[in-house]
Amino acid sequence: MKNSFRSTVGVLAASALALGGLVALGAPAQAAMPKGCKALTLGFFGALTGDAGNLGKNISQGAELAVAQYGLGANKVKVDFVSFDSQGDPAQAPALAQSAIKNKCLVGIIGPAFSGESKAANPIFQRGGLSLITPSATNPTLSQQNWTIFHRALGTDAIQGSMGAKYIKSIFKPSKVAVIDDASEYGKGLADVVAKSLGSLVVTRTSLDPKSPDFSSTVSQIKAGAATVVYYGGYYAEAGRLVKQLRDAGATASFVSGDGTLDPGFVTAGGSATDGAVVTCACAPIDTTVPGRAFKAAYKARFGVKDGTYSPEAFDAANFFLAAIKAGNTTRASINKYVSTKSSVGITKTLKFDKTGEVSGGAIFAYVYKGGQNKASLIK
Amino acid sequence: MNFSTLTSQFGALTFDGLVLGAIYALVALGYTLVYGVLRLINFAHSEIFMLGTFAALLSARAIGLNTDSKPRTGLALVGTFLLVTIVAMAVSGVAAVLLERIAYRGLRRRGAGRLTVLISAIGASLFLQEAVALWRGRNYETFPRFLKKDVWFTVFGAEIRSDKVLILVSAVIMMIALERFVSLTRLGRGIRAVAQNQDTSVLMGVNIDRVVTLTFLIGGLMAGFAGSLNEVYFEQTRFSIGIVLGVKAFTAAVLGGIGNLRGALLGGLVLGVVESYGAAVFGGSWKDVVAFVVLVLVLMFRPSGLLGETLQKARA
Amino acid sequence: MKFLSSATDVVGDRWRALPKATRGLLTVVLVAGLAVLPMVQIPLLNTPQTDFPSLLFDKIGLYVLMGIGLNVVVGKAGLLDLGYVAFFAIGGYTMAQMGTLLHWSFWVILPLGVAIAMSAGAILGLPTLRLRGDYLAIVTLGFGEIIRITAVNVGWLGANRGVSNIPWPSAIGPLNFEDILNPKPFYWVLLALIILVIWLLKRIDRSRVGRAWEAIREDEDAAELMGVQTLKFKLWAFSIGAGIGGMGGVLFASKVGFISPDNFPLTLSVLFLAIVVLGGSGNIPGVVIGALAISYIPERLRGFSEYRVLMFGAALVIMMNLRPQGLLPRRVRGKVSTDV
Repeated sequence: MKNSFRSTVGVLAASALALGGLVALGAPAQAAMPKGCKALTLGFFGALTGDAGNLGKNISQGAELAVAQYGLGANKVKVDFVSFDSQGDPAQAPALAQSAIKNKCLVGIIGPAFSGESKAANPIFQRGGLSLITPSATNPTLSQQNWTIFHRALGTDAIQGSMGAKYIKSIFKPSKVAVIDDASEYGKGLADVVAKSLGSLVVTRTSLDPKSPDFSSTVSQIKAGAATVVYYGGYYAEAGRLVKQLRDAGATASFVSGDGTLDPGFVTAGGSATDGAVVTCACAPIDTTVPGRAFKAAYKARFGVKDGTYSPEAFDAANFFLAAIKAGNTTRASINKYVSTKSSVGITKTLKFDKTGEVSGGAIFAYVYKGGQNKASLIK
Repeated sequence: MNFSTLTSQFGALTFDGLVLGAIYALVALGYTLVYGVLRLINFAHSEIFMLGTFAALLSARAIGLNTDSKPRTGLALVGTFLLVTIVAMAVSGVAAVLLERIAYRGLRRRGAGRLTVLISAIGASLFLQEAVALWRGRNYETFPRFLKKDVWFTVFGAEIRSDKVLILVSAVIMMIALERFVSLTRLGRGIRAVAQNQDTSVLMGVNIDRVVTLTFLIGGLMAGFAGSLNEVYFEQTRFSIGIVLGVKAFTAAVLGGIGNLRGALLGGLVLGVVESYGAAVFGGSWKDVVAFVVLVLVLMFRPSGLLGETLQKARA
Repeated sequence: MKFLSSATDVVGDRWRALPKATRGLLTVVLVAGLAVLPMVQIPLLNTPQTDFPSLLFDKIGLYVLMGIGLNVVVGKAGLLDLGYVAFFAIGGYTMAQMGTLLHWSFWVILPLGVAIAMSAGAILGLPTLRLRGDYLAIVTLGFGEIIRITAVNVGWLGANRGVSNIPWPSAIGPLNFEDILNPKPFYWVLLALIILVIWLLKRIDRSRVGRAWEAIREDEDAAELMGVQTLKFKLWAFSIGAGIGGMGGVLFASKVGFISPDNFPLTLSVLFLAIVVLGGSGNIPGVVIGALAISYIPERLRGFSEYRVLMFGAALVIMMNLRPQGLLPRRVRGKVSTDV
């Protein structure tokens, strides 16, 4: 299904460009459309295949839904959707970004999905003046590079980490905490913030090898330190594995992790060991609001699966671009200006970016797991 | 560097390292056998292992086990384990034989250089990985727990748990059985003959094709067995789990002495323990570095591995 | 397949039969054609999704350079190296660190990167080149992983965060590298370096060193008996190969501007090896063909993105089985009658 969709999209994008040559034959004149474009294009940039393909797919589909809904409305300007599959690989990202820039009809990017590829691709997007809203790249340094095209639709790891530490201190009131990470940029970055906030409460601080199935040494280390709370910075598959091996080894410490763990795969991997685990996320729980529920239903109807982490944020990001287009903006520069200065009410939050591209009101939520389900509450 | 964990958890680290090492050893057997007989690094052996894990997983599901199932006891437990393991072994064995037929046989017949065969192996490895990824997706899948993992007793801090004991004991039994096979049976003699000198073996009436098939089959059976044990212990699998394990197992085979069956066992166990200690002292993310450094050191002082090569000498 | 092998043999024969002047002229034409390639839009040649001129540098050109380098180790000296990406990484990180911390010019760092990579090759080689061939494979594999894991875990190397804002080369002559959207100057520098390396290697090939390598590759024990200092020449091959790998790394880091340990996985080492073997190890045209095949085809196949790797794996098995000696196998050198 994925494959035929992508080739359909590819055909759509290609024909959008090809038909550009026929513009002179009498297509109604649009308000200053980029040269040769019959329709504007929004693009997703991130991993659709490869190890991290799951996360990318959630985001891509969230954005795609927004574009599809836009297409059903009566809008003068047509908007197409394309995907750029970088496999989350910073090595592939630059060449891919270059070809994105060359597509003159492309006026907005939802993405890049990961922080690593952002560093490689964003300078190129900046050069091309192509506005981007990332719904998931949470590395704090991304907004400090003077990229005028950069916008981030959620709180950074700096905020998530400090709120996570706050939660641990207020809810668990531990005397000893173990902070573990997977040595990835995201995981270690997040864990470092948490460890710093917890200060002297941290008795065990180490990295594990996420590729290894066996965490017994790490588990032994945690048990040796006698921590009552374990914080893990990393992704869902390893988090689930770790919590399972912890419980099997008889460790009863509470388990807390970050948004990389917020995925059904956490429960698949961890099974009943995930009961009581707490996962923080800058992503808002949307099943309590009317627009949120409408989104979930529409997503399920279109793709046949439940929406995933960051799908709602991607939906909001795409809709912000679409609002800019509806307001009559058709060039990269004008769309970027709109997105940088105006605001847009989304299903996760109201998107309003500051001068560096960060969103205001980046709330952090704590999702508590029980019986394979999770319940969210705001961390105050 | 953190030695406190090493000292306070020494028993646990050692025992857990041995358990992991047992799995390495079983997979290492496949590498060492094929290398001993053919001088070929069977890059795709890791995928044979991976297929074994999936066979175990799917057969467990087929008999109705899922992640909510209660653990079995008594005869049901034994029966489940045997079923899952035998299916895994069968699948891996057949896969290994097919692999040889498709990717290597033609090259062997034509006397192709070992680099060529290596690339063919790499291609086969990639193909199998991707095929499974396209078939099952790229997410981890969880294996149901049918064995209750209770800790029987603790010794020097090591938790002697049911699944750990199962792995260690069964691995050792398998190893002994294999060694008996290779040294006592006629088929085993054929393997050793071809390993020693292929041309002379042919002159003495040994059917090379049959020996090679048998070698791959045995390696595959061992990998399948390892796959089943891997599922019992770690309870998850996906298309890419062969990669890391393959490198470790091959390292173990070299460490113990390539072509040497006992070397594969020793190499595996040593590697598992070294990794365990290394992770405790240097942190989990450094443990592979520790393992490789140990390998280089061992090879510097014992260039043919810990136990040397008995099946045959390595080629220059 | 028989047709292909005889076709390439015929081409090879005809090439050798041409007078030297004609060969020189044709080479110049070829080089000129290559130089112009990024500016020309050849419709069939173009890769969907990825920018072709970028691809010329990023993938194809670099793979050719890396293939040539590894060819020295594997093809000429017959040493099985499964960790070649380590030297690529060393070159890359040298550029990254010296560029961002010391702010030295690319043109200064380039020879430094090559030198450091060569030293690394020598350091790795000293304890390990004594080992029998297939043991060397696992040790070199280990070394590749050690370099990558070190990069992951060491803070001042950027850890998994990587190193950003790596400076591009300062302008030289008419070439200006500032525009990140224009890969052509990089491509031309790369092309020039490849030609330089090929020329140097051809000279080495014809010297005593080249002959020693051939002897070692064919039968190391016999060579040793005949008085060839096998360890010394193996070290040379290893170092030279490492240096070329480092060169590629420096270029890569400077062009992309950002590197991280993810750029240097084990799979890349395997890919480099495939390039050498696929092309027909031991000779340069073969390596170029191999590099082209391995870098270009997966990009061309992006339309089948789901099946790309699957088809690639199958292609490797099929190609090896159909043509075990590689696409353009090296010709076995006849007796050399000059003094040894």
